Amino acid sequence: MAQIELTDVGLSYFTLKQETEALRDINLSIKHGEFISIVGPSGCGKSTLLSLISGMLKPTSGKIEIDGAAVSGVSPKVGYMLQHDHLFEWRNVLNNLTVGAEIRKMDRGIAKRKALELLERYGLGDFAHHGPSQLSGGMRQRVALIRTLVAEPDILLLDEPFSALDYQTRLTLSEEVFHIIKDQGKTAVLVTHDLSEAISMADRVMVMSKRPSTISNIHEIRFDEGEGLSPWKKREAGGYHQTFNAIWKELEEHVVASL
Amino acid sequence: MSSPLYEKYLRIQKRKLWLIGLSRLSVLAVFLALWELAAGWGWVDPMLTSKPSLLLSSFRELAFEGSLLKHTWISGLETVVGIAVSMLLGTAIAVLFWWSSFASKVLEPYMVVLNALPKVALGPIFYIWLGDSYSIYGMAVAISIIVTIIMVESGFREISKTKLKLMESFGATKPQMLRMVLLPASVPHFIATLKVNVGLTLVGVVMGEFLSSKAGLGYLIIYGGQVFQMNLVMVSITMLALLSVILYGFVHLLERFARKKYNYEA
Ligand SMILES: Nc1ncnc2c1ncn2[C@@H]1O[C@H](COP(=O)(O)OP(=O)(O)OP(=O)(O)O)[C@@H](O)[C@H]1O
Ligand SMILES: [Mg+2]
Repeated sequence: MAQIELTDVGLSYFTLKQETEALRDINLSIKHGEFISIVGPSGCGKSTLLSLISGMLKPTSGKIEIDGAAVSGVSPKVGYMLQHDHLFEWRNVLNNLTVGAEIRKMDRGIAKRKALELLERYGLGDFAHHGPSQLSGGMRQRVALIRTLVAEPDILLLDEPFSALDYQTRLTLSEEVFHIIKDQGKTAVLVTHDLSEAISMADRVMVMSKRPSTISNIHEIRFDEGEGLSPWKKREAGGYHQTFNAIWKELEEHVVASL
Repeated sequence: MSSPLYEKYLRIQKRKLWLIGLSRLSVLAVFLALWELAAGWGWVDPMLTSKPSLLLSSFRELAFEGSLLKHTWISGLETVVGIAVSMLLGTAIAVLFWWSSFASKVLEPYMVVLNALPKVALGPIFYIWLGDSYSIYGMAVAISIIVTIIMVESGFREISKTKLKLMESFGATKPQMLRMVLLPASVPHFIATLKVNVGLTLVGVVMGEFLSSKAGLGYLIIYGGQVFQMNLVMVSITMLALLSVILYGFVHLLERFARKKYNYEA
């Protein structure tokens, strides 16, 4: 059974000046443990789609279900990792990690232990009591991911989590994040502008058209080299370039059309 | 180990700090000396300007026989209470405005008008409503509260929307946002507001005392003026200056503490 199910979802933003139809007729189902990437022209409604799944926005039409139940409000099953890390400077790393747990009134002691364990596991063990300003960009982004994980979501929504980083850090971090998500068995939805990141991390890549956005196509990412390849392995796979070019072409049409 | 070049740099920086401190003191010394000499040699009329040596002796007189210290204490207390009340009340109102954008929009034009209104004009009203001692608090709070609201509110607005969006993504309620983001993120603004308020509240207290009181430094100044006692006026003004120095000192300490605790840069 699908874990996330969107049926005929549409969303329009209303402001005093105008009405913006961002999404139209979105039908999508995401399986448990699946990793799906979303690409599309800027402003097509990718962030909007994540906000809908997270429950921060209500669809104007259609319905969204998680584990068979309609989404109403922010669900503890969902962890949303925003583009910027937004670590709170007035809290040290450890206390930043427990923000979500605190909001959701989870047990503090357990959350702390979990945070420390994840810090240790992902190579930040020595930084628990440092301030956020003492971390590098890549470290901050990893802390933000751990903060999301400490709240124990089943589903991770990632909105351009690496866009503030340099190329090298991006590659390393996307590799790490891929493994973190896979070994925790989470379902993940990743929005990115970087096509190679989208392909290398995901099981499926969803391409969106320009506004009002619909799903233009969903590409299964499958290579002869085997199942569940890591991002590095996928980039080296024989069929990688062909897949890349196919999606690139499709994306280009939408981007050009939106200029 | 630091390199010799770095040590030289540190020495030069330290010398600069010394020079600044020394020059500050000299400015004061030169000013007092000129004043003393000008009055002593008859360039100005000491009846009108008094002079430092006279001030010193009348300070001794007033402090030990008169009630200068009592008056200073009263003004100081009024100021501290005034600051505390307008910080608390002002922050509460700013929180209300953040909580309800409807209230904030409805009341915005009134805030603008109240801010522009010279609060001193309200003096007689406070006197009639609150009596001669509480009207001073009325004046002190009236002068500083509007600025407090405006400064704290603009601090709230500066806090990035996305920090709150992060809170929202975890399903945070408004009280949680307030406690976990708005208040801690506003600490630098609270300190800045406090600095402004020390000055403003002192103005309010002295104005209030001018208008109605039977005690405090403002009262001494007015009284000294009426009986043509320049010494009394000058000594009281000096005490006011000292009072503000002490209050700023406290705010400065608080700032150092807050900067450590909340980990922010000035
Ligand atoms: N709060 C809002 N009010 C009104 N319109 C909005 C709002 N948020 C987004 N929009 C509009 O909806 C459309 C989709 O926005 P969205 O942020 O989802 O795009 P996006 O695909 O994430 O873009 P990008 O790739 O640049 O991040 C845009 O045209 C945007 O102008
Ligand atoms: Mg976006």
